[in-house]
Amino acid sequence: MLQPINPLAVSAYTATSALGRGREAHRRALEAARTGLRANDFSLAPLACWVGRVDGVEQAPLPAPLAVWECRNNRLAWLGLHQDGVLDAVHAARERYGATRVALLVGTSTASIGATEEAYRRLGPDGGFPEDMLRPPIHAPHSLAGFLAEALGLEGPCLTISTACSSSAKVFASAERLIRLGVVDAALVGGVDTLCESVLFGFNALGLVSPAPCRPFDQARSGISIGEAAGFALLERAGAAPDAPRLLGYGEASDAHHMSTPHPEGLGAELALRDALARAGLEPAQVDYINLHGTASLKNDEVEAALIARAFPPATRASSTKGFTGHTLGAAGILEAVVALLAIEHGLVPGNLGAEQPDPACGPQFAWSNEARPVHVALSNSFGFGGNNACLAFARAERGA
Amino acid sequence: MSALTVYVEGAGVWSPQLADFDALRAAVQGQVPTPPSTRPAATVLPAGERRRAPESVLLAVEVAAQAVAMSGREAATLPCVFTSSHGDQAIMDYMCTVLASAPSELSPTRFHNSVHNAPAGYWTMATGCHAPSNAVCAQRASVGAGLLEAASLALADARPVLLVCSDVAGNGPLAEVTDSPAPFGCALVLSPQPGPSTLGRLVLHLCPGSIADVPASSPVPAEWIASSPSAVALPLLALLAQGGGRCRLMAAGSLAMDVDLEECA
Repeated sequence: MLQPINPLAVSAYTATSALGRGREAHRRALEAARTGLRANDFSLAPLACWVGRVDGVEQAPLPAPLAVWECRNNRLAWLGLHQDGVLDAVHAARERYGATRVALLVGTSTASIGATEEAYRRLGPDGGFPEDMLRPPIHAPHSLAGFLAEALGLEGPCLTISTACSSSAKVFASAERLIRLGVVDAALVGGVDTLCESVLFGFNALGLVSPAPCRPFDQARSGISIGEAAGFALLERAGAAPDAPRLLGYGEASDAHHMSTPHPEGLGAELALRDALARAGLEPAQVDYINLHGTASLKNDEVEAALIARAFPPATRASSTKGFTGHTLGAAGILEAVVALLAIEHGLVPGNLGAEQPDPACGPQFAWSNEARPVHVALSNSFGFGGNNACLAFARAERGA
Repeated sequence: MSALTVYVEGAGVWSPQLADFDALRAAVQGQVPTPPSTRPAATVLPAGERRRAPESVLLAVEVAAQAVAMSGREAATLPCVFTSSHGDQAIMDYMCTVLASAPSELSPTRFHNSVHNAPAGYWTMATGCHAPSNAVCAQRASVGAGLLEAASLALADARPVLLVCSDVAGNGPLAEVTDSPAPFGCALVLSPQPGPSTLGRLVLHLCPGSIADVPASSPVPAEWIASSPSAVALPLLALLAQGGGRCRLMAAGSLAMDVDLEECA
């Protein structure tokens, strides 16, 4: 049986998505029940769908000394880092602990594949990459982490986790292990994924993209809307930030079922949930809010709704916020961790935007519209292709103290 | 930091020259092992999947199965960490080519096989493993960073962990920027405790700021090591084949990791 972990302080955190830059932009959009989705104006070839696109990435080049890392994904990472004091907090942690004692663990599904796509569109007469794209580090899945390590001057353990749509949830688990074992004193965790042709046409080929704005947990839902996001959280031992919210626990598990379809009984998702509760030392009834994976794909929502209905009492509130942001894939874990932390910070249970006729599988736990109520403990679910499941548990400072 | 100590219970390897760990043992003793067939057998996969699976999956699954068999552990019980610097380069090349010309013709199967955790997904499906599975990378430091991730998981959760390091050969225009001319895969089962199948004790020590590789004195040919970002594991595997010694891996872009291997009786 798993032992509860010592909670960690989330001493700084932020998100940038279609809802805007930083926590306040997210809080305002959630409170106003305002979606960030728009008709697809991103893909080069037309594709009738909706996307969660971040404004202003095109106008935000990287600083000249970092230009070798230029690509949409690293630009969004750089934009995201400059919100909510995260950059200052990382610099302070580097000063306090030393550059080798701060781990950098980031999740991404496709990293800067958009740059590789561009290189293939502009192949030279010799069939090779154009000169300006001959930058090997941006054509590897570690591009995001490599860029961040250089931009932040971090010299400790540095790892990319790429488990599709659970990537930037699992970074919290790896960070907790490194801190617990004394390998590092703090960790910057996070994730960034950006819109690119690969995911738009790839999910479309699988028949998973909705032609309309996504409607998680609606009876007539017709698939996902793809979004992009960047998010970060600085994790330290609880004593370093007594008033900061806490990472209480995490769970990870595998479906062992199918590459792109969830286990029909949600086996891996339930194992990850039970694991997270055990590490957090929580009973289901102590959970106030769950930010669901809720992609609006037919199968995911059916399986996840059934899991919530059987595992939690009616007083626990649950919703998907992908109707606001779209499914931000490898960045969904961190983005929705930030939503869970905002729920705790502001006593705001965000409504499950986009659903008009709830799927009958949904229990009384669903918050179909916003609810103002104290949130002491919040979970966030993230599930990915390959049957890769993760669940995170956060709490107010006093609960973890 | 204090060092991280884990025990190796099984090892697998596959490359154009090496069919398994016994072949590596022979190679470090100066023999020329019989090369394997051109495709990793990956007999753990169901026959249909084995025919359809991309080479990246066959390679990772083959070495994973070798290591687990040697350890005597039940694959279904082992959390796993799959590390690869570049993932499936053949699929990346295919996808970028199709997206540049006819994006709506993209193959759905190839798309879902393009995720970095495809080998982890197929492995957990084939073995009925519901334990945590991970897929990671760290550019040219993927082996060392993956070893650190797997060792920390084994120690933090006090359970044995499967580590798989693999990269297929570069493909198409992408090959120019990935510098991985040949496939290479290897796997280790790492336990927090010594046991009856322990092959050796690994002590990992991070060396902040020191990024210079110690001079290579490995019995393995340098061109094998240079043939793939995953083949930087060869000096460590050679120590395991020989019984002990020290090597240095990159754990991150500017962080080295000394690996001491001691034979266990």
